[in-house]
Amino acid sequence: MVLRWTGRSAAFATAIAAALVVLAVGPFVFAPGVTDRLTALFVYVILGAMWNALAGYGGLVSVGQQAFFGLGAFAAIRLSHAGVPVYPSLAVAALLVGLLALPLGEVMLRLRGGEFAIGMWVVAELAHLLVNLDPLINGETGTSLIALNAVTAPARRADTYWSALGGMVVLLGAMFLMLRGRVGASVQAIRDDEQAAASVGVRVLATKRVVFVLAALGCALAGALWLASAITFQPRAYFSVQWTAYMIFMTLVGGLGTFEGPVLGAVLFFVVETVFGAYGVWYLVGLGAAALLFALFVPAGLWGNAERRYALRMLPVGYHVALPASRQPGGG
Amino acid sequence: MPILTVDALDARHGLLHAVRGVSFAVEEGETLALVGANGAGKTTLLRCIAGAHRASGGRVMFDGTDVTHLPAHRRVQCGIALVPEGRRLFAGMTVEENLRVAAGRGRPGTWTVERIVEAFPQLGPKLQARAGDLSGGQQQAAAIARALMTNPRLLLLDEVSLGLSPIAVDAVYASLQGLLGGGATVVLVEQDLARALRVADRVLCMLEGRVVYEGRAQETTREQVMAAYFGLREAVA
Amino acid sequence: MIFLNQLVQGVFLGAYYALVACSLSFLFGVMRIVNLAHGSLVVLAAFVLFELADRAGLSPWLSLIVAIPAMAVVGWLLQRLVLDRSLRGGMLVPLLSTFGLAIVLDNLLFQRFGADTRSLAPYIGDLSFDSWSLTDDITVGRLDVLILAVAIVVLGGLQTFLSRTRLGRTIRATAEDPSVVGLIGIDARAVYALATAIAMAMATVAGAFLAMRTTFDPYSGGAQLIFAFETVVIGGFGSLWGTLAGGIVLGIAQNIGAFISPRFFLIAGHLVFLGVLVARVWLSGLNLRRLRVRAA
Repeated sequence: MVLRWTGRSAAFATAIAAALVVLAVGPFVFAPGVTDRLTALFVYVILGAMWNALAGYGGLVSVGQQAFFGLGAFAAIRLSHAGVPVYPSLAVAALLVGLLALPLGEVMLRLRGGEFAIGMWVVAELAHLLVNLDPLINGETGTSLIALNAVTAPARRADTYWSALGGMVVLLGAMFLMLRGRVGASVQAIRDDEQAAASVGVRVLATKRVVFVLAALGCALAGALWLASAITFQPRAYFSVQWTAYMIFMTLVGGLGTFEGPVLGAVLFFVVETVFGAYGVWYLVGLGAAALLFALFVPAGLWGNAERRYALRMLPVGYHVALPASRQPGGG
Repeated sequence: MPILTVDALDARHGLLHAVRGVSFAVEEGETLALVGANGAGKTTLLRCIAGAHRASGGRVMFDGTDVTHLPAHRRVQCGIALVPEGRRLFAGMTVEENLRVAAGRGRPGTWTVERIVEAFPQLGPKLQARAGDLSGGQQQAAAIARALMTNPRLLLLDEVSLGLSPIAVDAVYASLQGLLGGGATVVLVEQDLARALRVADRVLCMLEGRVVYEGRAQETTREQVMAAYFGLREAVA
Repeated sequence: MIFLNQLVQGVFLGAYYALVACSLSFLFGVMRIVNLAHGSLVVLAAFVLFELADRAGLSPWLSLIVAIPAMAVVGWLLQRLVLDRSLRGGMLVPLLSTFGLAIVLDNLLFQRFGADTRSLAPYIGDLSFDSWSLTDDITVGRLDVLILAVAIVVLGGLQTFLSRTRLGRTIRATAEDPSVVGLIGIDARAVYALATAIAMAMATVAGAFLAMRTTFDPYSGGAQLIFAFETVVIGGFGSLWGTLAGGIVLGIAQNIGAFISPRFFLIAGHLVFLGVLVARVWLSGLNLRRLRVRAA
């Protein structure tokens, strides 16, 4: 019998609940700038967690998650244009994109490894080009979430903040429950050995589907939330592969395949961006280099390493990083 | 001086301690048969000698040199060749290509594609066939031939009769006969005890990673080995 | 007739895509790695050639003689420093590490060269604009014909190299079973390093034609990677002549798209790519794996 809730994880859960209460009253307390930055942080956490769900749990490296990020924002624009109230439109946009991910997954999930990775990038490029065709968007000129002009700046800031906080909690919660359920066990089996998992009856494709759609929906919500805080929609900014670079950085540095890692990664990314963002190109070089070095030398990420070293487990998702078996040329 | 000396060799296979402190020696020109139940550690032992599996302890000496830490391709240059379990030919390449790709990588020597065809007549008509399209017996012959192309001084054969029909096994051993009789040094893993006793000079039986019986083939009875095989203590003494 | 001209131009464009794609396909065939930094490395080669032409005043053809071995060394280093370690980390690591590398390369190039677009066209004289008129509507550029010829030579040469030479056999054997070649005296790591060097040499040729036939900037790598990948998928992973066919299909699709409206140039290519993918999924059921064969 494996115990899921240890004393420490119960304490940790309590701490999280307390932190959320504090964060919930944020807009009443924080300076406007802080509220805006925290909104961005919540979006980062969503992105990191969703990319991790895909790669860390589904074994699927995508360099095209910006497709969903951009489509989420675009759908929100369109819904709002059609008269749907702004904040509900964010959630509906995410759901619609999640729905779109269903048929898309049918095709893309047949691809493996690098084929899936670049295949998704092609999907993102195509989505970008198609969105550009929309007369409302008018190519790279873009548009903005005009409906938000009706709301005063402070109210808008607070509402967007709460939406982002709520979205983050709901998505992470959903992922947490999913990992504790049957999907969690399958996910673990697939990451350890996909073929072995299939041979013992784990429904590999079905599990990947769930993860794929969740990641699409989550990235779409992140895109819609980003739109609500930035207001303007320029396709190039939303469909940029840089978003994927950020997600990979967060996940790799934090810890691929750990629940907590990407959250830690998002916080680190947030700090790095705040401190070094002004350095522009060198900052991006640093992000890429960090991803490269972590992939090569610290594949378990910071959290994964700490977890192993100190037998740390804050949240009882029952997942342990098992690095895939080596494929050594000349050995065997 | 023995050509191969294995000294207190240890090897792990994941969590499994597959080879535990195995020591033995092989003289030049000798044929040694490794027998034992499935999972006794025979294959891992052969792979450690060939450098395809890393030993976690002990030493492998070949012709007076310590090769324990050499990678497999360097050991081929020293003159060790392993015919792996399951044959592992390059299935998409022709038989001749399988042979030629191994040529000139080991020691200088006399094996050529022409001599291979003399030794393994069944390969003659199949030289241009895809290795993957051969029958099991032909594949086994090709796998042995590929190893010979490196002109080894020590040939390691892992389960050459695995999955072959009795006729194919006979054919493979018939081709090997010339080699075994002709002064080659061979260590072979063989499930068929009777055959092992017939072709080998010496027999070594493994059980759970350890050597539990060692003796000259001529002086060894089937019963002795069977007893060691299943771990009956009195038989070992 | 204008439509026919679009088709012809599509064929030539496809030859360029085949050139960009063949090293991606080759490396995948040998190491089972999809190198996400491929496009960035092609662009790096283009910048190296541009610098040699612009600063050292070398003709682009002479520069190629310098740049090809230099990029081969880069390839060798790439394998030793990045890919080798990545391969030992399992399926995902090569993707993550090469993507990280692409970001580093793109931004370092941007840091060095800025956002300006560049081209080698001014350095190759008449070749960049000379053309032959076949009919009133159909003209073929000399450079385009050269690219097609080079693509055929490179693909055919690679095919011959792999099937006829000893080194080629060694590479194919390693591609088939890296864990067995050690047993016949082949150092798989050395073969991988050599293969990566060869791939980068081919990428340099692609980079040269990228720079000659159009303009490029530090962030052009992503698009090159995508074109190369689409070419390889349309043509069938691992088949070298399929790569040429795939490039031509992609080039024609893009030009037909552009014929309808300039905005459909890229869209048409992506749609054909997705169409091929959907067709394969439906035709071959679960597995695309049978389709990706060896490098030969």
